[in-house]
Amino acid sequence: MAKLSEIDVEHVAKLAKLELTSDEVKKFRNQLGEILEYMDQLMEVDVAMVEPTSQTTGLTNVVREDEIDMTRVFGQKEAISGTEKTLNGYFVVPALLNKNNE
Amino acid sequence: MSDLPVTISELQRDLVKRNFSAVEVVDNYLARVKAFNKELNVFNTVTEDLAYKQAKMADEMIAEKGEKALSEYPLLGVVVAHKDLFLTKGVRTTASSKVLDSFVPEYSSTVVIRMERAGAIMIGKTNNDAWGHGSSGENSDFGPTKNPWDSSRVPGGSSSGSAAAVAGGMAMVGTGTDTGSSVRMPASFCNLVGLKPTYGSVSRYGVVAFASSLDTMGHMTQTVEDNRKIFEVVAGKDEKDGTVLNHKLQITNNKQIRKGKFRVGIPKEYFGEGIDIEVREIIEKVIEEYKKMGVEIVEVSLPHTKYAVAVYYIVQPAECSSNLGRYDGVRFGKGREFFGDEAKRRIMLGTYVLSAGYYDAYYLRAMKVRSKLIEDFSKAYAQVDAILAPVSPTPPFKLGEKNNDPVAMYLSDIYTVSANLAGIPGLAVPGGFTKNGLPVGFQLMGPRFSEEKLFALGEVYQRVTKWHERRVNL
Repeated sequence: MAKLSEIDVEHVAKLAKLELTSDEVKKFRNQLGEILEYMDQLMEVDVAMVEPTSQTTGLTNVVREDEIDMTRVFGQKEAISGTEKTLNGYFVVPALLNKNNE
Repeated sequence: MSDLPVTISELQRDLVKRNFSAVEVVDNYLARVKAFNKELNVFNTVTEDLAYKQAKMADEMIAEKGEKALSEYPLLGVVVAHKDLFLTKGVRTTASSKVLDSFVPEYSSTVVIRMERAGAIMIGKTNNDAWGHGSSGENSDFGPTKNPWDSSRVPGGSSSGSAAAVAGGMAMVGTGTDTGSSVRMPASFCNLVGLKPTYGSVSRYGVVAFASSLDTMGHMTQTVEDNRKIFEVVAGKDEKDGTVLNHKLQITNNKQIRKGKFRVGIPKEYFGEGIDIEVREIIEKVIEEYKKMGVEIVEVSLPHTKYAVAVYYIVQPAECSSNLGRYDGVRFGKGREFFGDEAKRRIMLGTYVLSAGYYDAYYLRAMKVRSKLIEDFSKAYAQVDAILAPVSPTPPFKLGEKNNDPVAMYLSDIYTVSANLAGIPGLAVPGGFTKNGLPVGFQLMGPRFSEEKLFALGEVYQRVTKWHERRVNL
């Protein structure tokens, strides 16, 4: 199994939207590498013809009545109560585009 | 009142007799919180005003209705410490992460609401490994909680503060979440009874999500009897969590156990390499006690046990990386730069095992080995009613001992993660003490929705042993 390179760590961090210092990249490279090495033992298990398990309830497609439950609805005030970054009752989000690139 | 009441029934008997008031009970717990919280780092938030308000309501209810109040409010006067992963409306809920250090939710979790409606009193929100990520309590962004039995040692995690609160006499009941060990481990390390319920028996609604196919909502108490009482209040269908089913508990009475109708399996794989000698001896004595009671003990095999941690540390970070994806600092909480080391490690591990080129090798394979683990349990339960095993391979370890070695830390979960992967219940029960006076618990695991059997087995053990009566002398 491929060991992690620093480039792999930086790539994964980018996918996960984490910014790492160069020291963190080194530290996590070693630690994640060790953990992945530990995972290699799963290769010993014969899993041919075995169905994967993603959950254990045995339930499928649990639905509820398509009705509005007002006790579960937030008004605007409650919805934005978790942040100070609001404008006219809206969330303020970081800009995705800037004026220089289209 | 001199001493704190030990069990819910003792407490309520005295409240009804007006030997003391619920307000006095809160006085006593708060006095201990003020005396020990600083040293042990148990609570993130103490809700003194709310506790007094709820205590006054309990006292009014007793004045008005007397003993009848108890049938309406089965947890009347019971002081509860909630793990800081359970959302509490109007009360700061942090997950012990700096990302949420000033988050005040607009609604409460189902477990909190059900306990409140049953008459419980909330005393505060407890420290834990941030987001539930840990087995020792040391991954909290607000500093580790210390074990009341020995403050140089960990109390077990991730529900570290709830365990320390109950063990240290700062609450009667502590809630917790168990994704891989997080209720059973701290219960075992603090001489408490801790339930990891069947996946799908207690609603997860309103609890900070960690790994969605593994997360279960449990609780810690001093006796099995109390643990059952809490479970009866929190379990059952909830429109807000589609995985939860009503399951009629099959009543098991203690006579059935005494009559030799019970078979308990001992999985040989849980006593192999890595188990501490004292832990092993203590568990063997527990097994002897059960034999004396007439329980038939059978050796069983769970051959895939050695792969459980590897499976768990693929499935769990994968689900965790997805759940923590929502924290962007826009709608609530702070930005991703506020994640601590362990959260970053798990987010990256999860992202990696799900990423293109590695999904089949890691995630898909882990889900298949998970099926093999479940099959192991199904085969065992064809022979036995329940399985008895250690909770942790070691007694409570020293703070800092495993800090720089994630793999060593992850391996402390080797006996607990299988129950989460299989969705089955596990009940940790105090089983004895090491020569140094450190608590060691054992766990009973059963088929899905077999909580009642586990409670019955735990209760008969607590009738013939006194470990659970031993208290910390703070």
